[in-house]
Parts: sequence; structure tokens; C-alpha cells
Amino acid sequence: MSGRYRYTLGERSYRFESLAELMAKATPARSGDRLAGVIAESAEQRVVAQMALADLPLATFLEDLLVPYEEDEITRLIVDRHDRQAFETISSFTVGDFRNWLLSDDATPEVLEALRPGITPEMAAAVCKIMRNQDLILVARKCRVRSAFRNTIGLAGHLSTRLQPNHPTDDLTGIAASIFDGLLYGNGDAVIGINPATDNVAQSVKLLHMLDAVIRKYEIPTQSCVLTHVTNTLEAIEQGAPVDLVFQSIGGTEATNRGFGFGLAELAEARDAALSLKRGSVGDNVMYFETGQGSSLSADAHHGLDQQTCEARAYAVAREFKPLLVNTVVGFIGPEYLFDGKEITRAGLEDHFCGKLLGVPMGCDVCYTNHAEADQNDMDNLLTLLGVAGCNFVMGIPGSDDIMLNYQTTSFHDALYVRRALGLKPAPEFEAWLEHMEIVRDGDSQRLSERLPQAFARSLERLPETGS
Amino acid sequence: MSDRKPSTPADTPAAAGDDIGVVDNPWQGLRAFTDARIGLGRAGISLPTQRMLEFQLAHAQAKDAVHWPLDVAALSEQVTDTLDIDAPLRLHSRASDRTEYLQRPDLGRRLDEDSRRSLDETADADGSPFDLALVIVDGLSARAIEAHAVNFVAALTRELEADENDWRCAPLTVVEQGRVAIGDEVGEALNARAVLVLIGERPGLSSPDSLGLYLTWAPKRGISDAQRNCISNVRPEGLKIDAAAARARYLLNEARRLELSGVKLKDRSEDDVIDHDNDDTGNFLTY
Repeated sequence: MSGRYRYTLGERSYRFESLAELMAKATPARSGDRLAGVIAESAEQRVVAQMALADLPLATFLEDLLVPYEEDEITRLIVDRHDRQAFETISSFTVGDFRNWLLSDDATPEVLEALRPGITPEMAAAVCKIMRNQDLILVARKCRVRSAFRNTIGLAGHLSTRLQPNHPTDDLTGIAASIFDGLLYGNGDAVIGINPATDNVAQSVKLLHMLDAVIRKYEIPTQSCVLTHVTNTLEAIEQGAPVDLVFQSIGGTEATNRGFGFGLAELAEARDAALSLKRGSVGDNVMYFETGQGSSLSADAHHGLDQQTCEARAYAVAREFKPLLVNTVVGFIGPEYLFDGKEITRAGLEDHFCGKLLGVPMGCDVCYTNHAEADQNDMDNLLTLLGVAGCNFVMGIPGSDDIMLNYQTTSFHDALYVRRALGLKPAPEFEAWLEHMEIVRDGDSQRLSERLPQAFARSLERLPETGS
Repeated sequence: MSDRKPSTPADTPAAAGDDIGVVDNPWQGLRAFTDARIGLGRAGISLPTQRMLEFQLAHAQAKDAVHWPLDVAALSEQVTDTLDIDAPLRLHSRASDRTEYLQRPDLGRRLDEDSRRSLDETADADGSPFDLALVIVDGLSARAIEAHAVNFVAALTRELEADENDWRCAPLTVVEQGRVAIGDEVGEALNARAVLVLIGERPGLSSPDSLGLYLTWAPKRGISDAQRNCISNVRPEGLKIDAAAARARYLLNEARRLELSGVKLKDRSEDDVIDHDNDDTGNFLTY
């Protein structure tokens, strides 16, 4: 294999020892690849690698496997599920041709949808590396991925939000207060999803019952999720808990997922268990996955690959289980993987593009930590770009401040901003509910009522005394 | 519940008519139940000026906390004055400054050569192993260390003196530009059976001074995070110092009894379910 990947620029000949090295060197700069020691040695070498990659036939990725078939169940999943017939359309393309074709008028939303099973994550990752941000936006916009449970997510012209009412001690009244705030700001159609402070089965069951009661009482066309380990959710289902969605953080190599404490078999088992509950009303997408560049390196399970390629491989895991939501938590991992606003922005657009191209219902946690070189303006920019790109959903939390996980993500207000700026609507079933409850006024989901809706005014009257 | 600092949104709603164009939310009373930034009101659908600037201030404080250098001399003085022990041994990681520290966690996990040498000399003074090494590390918030580290060491010392086991402690150390795992190298060099790292946690918007505690049994360079136990969010508004010291004593005794730490050492020192006043899942939304 050595010397197979060469490129001559003027009088100088560049050689890349492996496909993994070529992919890594072709990746736009980011701190995680530097940390892993796989980053390009110079700006010129990076572009040369991109030129070499552009000349590479897409079929190469079916032969030169980046992680060995025998060692990794995700490689086996990718290879065994690859649809040669769907691949036919692009089988003669190089990576560079693939970019041109994706941007062309031939690549309509219908054609792209039919192509999905013929694209492998590595092909998506490769073409992503030679696309500019505007390319990633324009092509992703053509890839609509719909999913449904109690409402329909991912329709063109719609943007949903996960209402994230986290509380540092899982205090139920505190959680309810954030849910109240979020609903009255028109948020929560993707899911009402809690990261529990205490991560065990008993606590999850308690929170699941609480969320179920809220959704039933107000007849909200949405779904709930407690973001605990897949094995905890499985136990909760066995105990009869009202589970809508099964959550799991996933990565792009078997070893990453083993570090997370699960394998593909556990995901299949949990999905079957959730399906057996038949709790969805308009669809049966029952999985919620979270991903993020850097998780494989963090778990020392990256096989020498760059972090963007590892991330794309995680989407092969996601699409196998027909999820309702997949969320790249792009800025959470910290500056050693994505250093600043520029790197976070690029990664967010890459992940959204690769996910959508592969047929994953992609959303993004547009976020940063306080040790990253990023601020609210960076988040405004990425949120706007993702809104243009047709992102399925973003987070919604009170005032951008997650007081349990200690990071900043998009707020209830931010969701309204991007909906108004770009003319986007919530999921149609949820939009009808917002009108019915008089949370929005005059049938316009971008204008909030001036008055407190009756059902919620009554809830406030039931508040316990606070002594203040 | 809401012992809020001045930096977080004020509970007092703006005087009526003061904020032109702002629609207030009539559910500000809910602020009593959470520190989350709820009921912020809106200008159109956007954040009102005051709320927006309050957020910017909190973020500025958190950013400053990340870059705030640990005042080791002041800390040493605090140690000798308060704890009646020798000044801590001053150590440094291989990350030369904050910028390198933020991008190279691997360097923050290793001691530089000078530190390693002075540690080896310290350990040689006595051949028998210590029961415990306490290691103070700046981490991502030196403010947390300056505010709470000495108080915690004092509280833990009281706990250990009252314990039925005898706890022979290694000399106290303090590490600059360090990550959690650097404690393993320190503990190993000092020949300690257990190491407890006190480290400044990544600052949140409402918690720029949160202390984290990490316990490793049989510390050795290169062992994985799965072999550690963590006590997080130690600060007056979070897990209180005394409660944290009691939990640390519990974990230390369990680690000593089982001769291990990490995922196999379950923390059963508190109830599995955080239970507030009620057994059911009722709240004002569903009563």
C-alpha cells in the first residue's frame, strides 16, 4: 500500500503512506488532529493532500478500509450494508467529481435520497474535506431527512428544538420551571430531554414519569428523553417506565463505543424494547444519539484517523437504528479538540453535512465551554449558518446557560431568532399546539402572545409557597 | 436553593415602564426554584439589554477564571497559617503556559523534570509508603483552589483524625498547569497507597470557583479515568466543603478496604435517588 497515495506539484513529489494519512492531512486544521499527531505539517501540504484526495476514485474507499474489517464491528456494518446498486450512480467518480456532482443541478433532493445507501461515511468525510463552508451548506440543504414520533421533524422550512431543562440536583420543581419557560417560548418540539445529574436507573425512571405526566397533561405533540446510558434505559423499560426515546452517545469505532460501555447488539436490543411500547403516534423513530468530533481520540480509539473521519463513521451506527434525532455536540469537548469559534463552526457544518448526506436526521448542539476561544457571537454565526443549511434541530435552554453541565448552548430566544430571521417554523403538529394553547398569536408561530395562556396561568397558581 | 451571586440575573424585575420595548414574563416567581436563567423577558423575541449584558459579564468572569494564574506563594502562606503544616512542595507540569495547557492535555498530565527530581528526593527521605497523598492542582480554575482548597484540606484532616484507620499523609504538593492525571505521577513518586487530587473545575457561568476531587487507589502513571472516583461541584453553593470531606473519607475507606478505586467502587454514601420533599413526581405543572 505504501507510496500508493502520491501527488506531484511542480517539481516536488508528495507521498502519503496510507489512506488514513491522506485523509488526515487533507483535513482543515483543528487542535484535535494536532493533539493526535496526524495534522498536516504545513498549509501547503494540506492543500496538496486535498488535491491528491480529489483525484482519488470513490471506489477506493470500498477496498482500502481505514479500520480493519476483522477488528471493528462498525467497519463490518459499513461494508455489509453498502448498497452497490445505489452506488452505481457515482461509482466512476473521483472525490473531486463527487463534489462537483453534489453541487450540480443533477443532484436533486430525490436523487440524493436514493443515493444514501450507496455512500459510505468515508466517502462523505473525504468529499467534506475538499468542500468550503458554503458548499457544505448548499448540499446539506438539498438533503432532507425526515423522522417522526409524536410529530414530524426535518421538513423543509422547519427547525425544531430540544428543550433541555437540566438542573444540578434534578429538582423536579426546578426542572418544571425550565420546561414552563421553554414551552412559553415555543421550544421543545424535537424532544424534552434531560441530562440527569444523578445517572442511575431509579433516578431516570422518576424523571421519565415526570416528563410523561407533563406531556400528557398539556397534550403536547412531542416526546421525552432522559439521557442516560442505553443499559439504564433498557432496565427502565423492563420496570415499566414510560420511555419514548432511547438515548446513547455513540462514536465511530468499536473501541470508542466499548469505552462508552455498549456495542451494536445493545443498541438493537434497546431499540426493539422501545418499539414494543408503541408510544409514537405519527412515527416509530425511537432513538436519540449524540456524537461529536474528538470522542474517539479522547477514548484512545481513533486508529490513527483524523477526528472528522471518525465522526462520520459514527453516522453509520446512527442510521442503522433509524433515529428520531442525532445531535453533534460540537463545542462541548473543549479546546484541545476544537480550539476556537472558527474550528467549532467548521466542525458543526461538516458534521451536519456528512450526517445529512448519509441520511441521518441531523441536529446540532451549537455550543462552547468557557475554556474554548469562543463566545456568543460565534454561536450566533454557526446557528445562522446551520439554519440556512436546513439543520433539523438545535438546543433550547434558558438564557444559553446550562447550570448542570456548565457550558453554553443556544437559548429559547436564539431559536426564535433563527426562526424569525430565516422564516422557519417548528414541527407542524407542535406549531398547531402552540396556536391552540395561545402561546403564539394570530396563527403566527414567530410572534409570542403578550398574555400568559390560561392553562399555564392556572399552573402558576399551584406553585408552592417560597417565602419570598 | 438560590444563593445567587451578584453576577447572576437580579431577582428584582425592572421597574415598570423603565425598559422601553421589553415584554416582562409574569413567571419570575419560578426563579426561586432554579438558578437557570428563566423569565428573562424579551425585546421582540430577543434578549433585553440588561439580561444580555448580565450574561456577558458572567461569561467574562468565567473566561477570566480560566486564565487566572494560581498565586502559589499566597496559597503556601494560607497552608502554613491555617493547617499548621509545612508549606506545600511546589511542582509544575510540562505545559509551559496556559495556551499550551489548553491545547495539550497530555503535557498537563506529566510533571516537568525539575518537579520529578524534587519529588523523588522527598520520597527517598522515608522508605515506607504513605497512606494518602493530597495533591492540589490549579486545573481550569485557580480561583476554586484559592477559595476552597485549604478549607477542604482542613475539613478532611478533621475527618481523618476522627477515623478508625490511621492515615499517614505524604507531604502536601501543589501543581501548576496540571490536569487530574498528574496526581497519579505525584502519588507514585511519593510512594502513596492512595492519591486525592483537589483541582479547579472548568468554570461554569454561575460557578467560576468549583472544586473537583479525584481519588485513585494505587496511583501509577498512565492508568485510566475509569479507575478514579470523582466528587464534583464542591463550593459553598454546590456540595458544601464539610459534606465533600465526609464523602471523601467514605470513599477513601472503601478504597482501602477493597484495595481499588473507580467504577468498581460504588459511592453509596448518598441515596441512589435524589429525593426532595415528595416521593411522587408531582410538580406545579402537573398537580
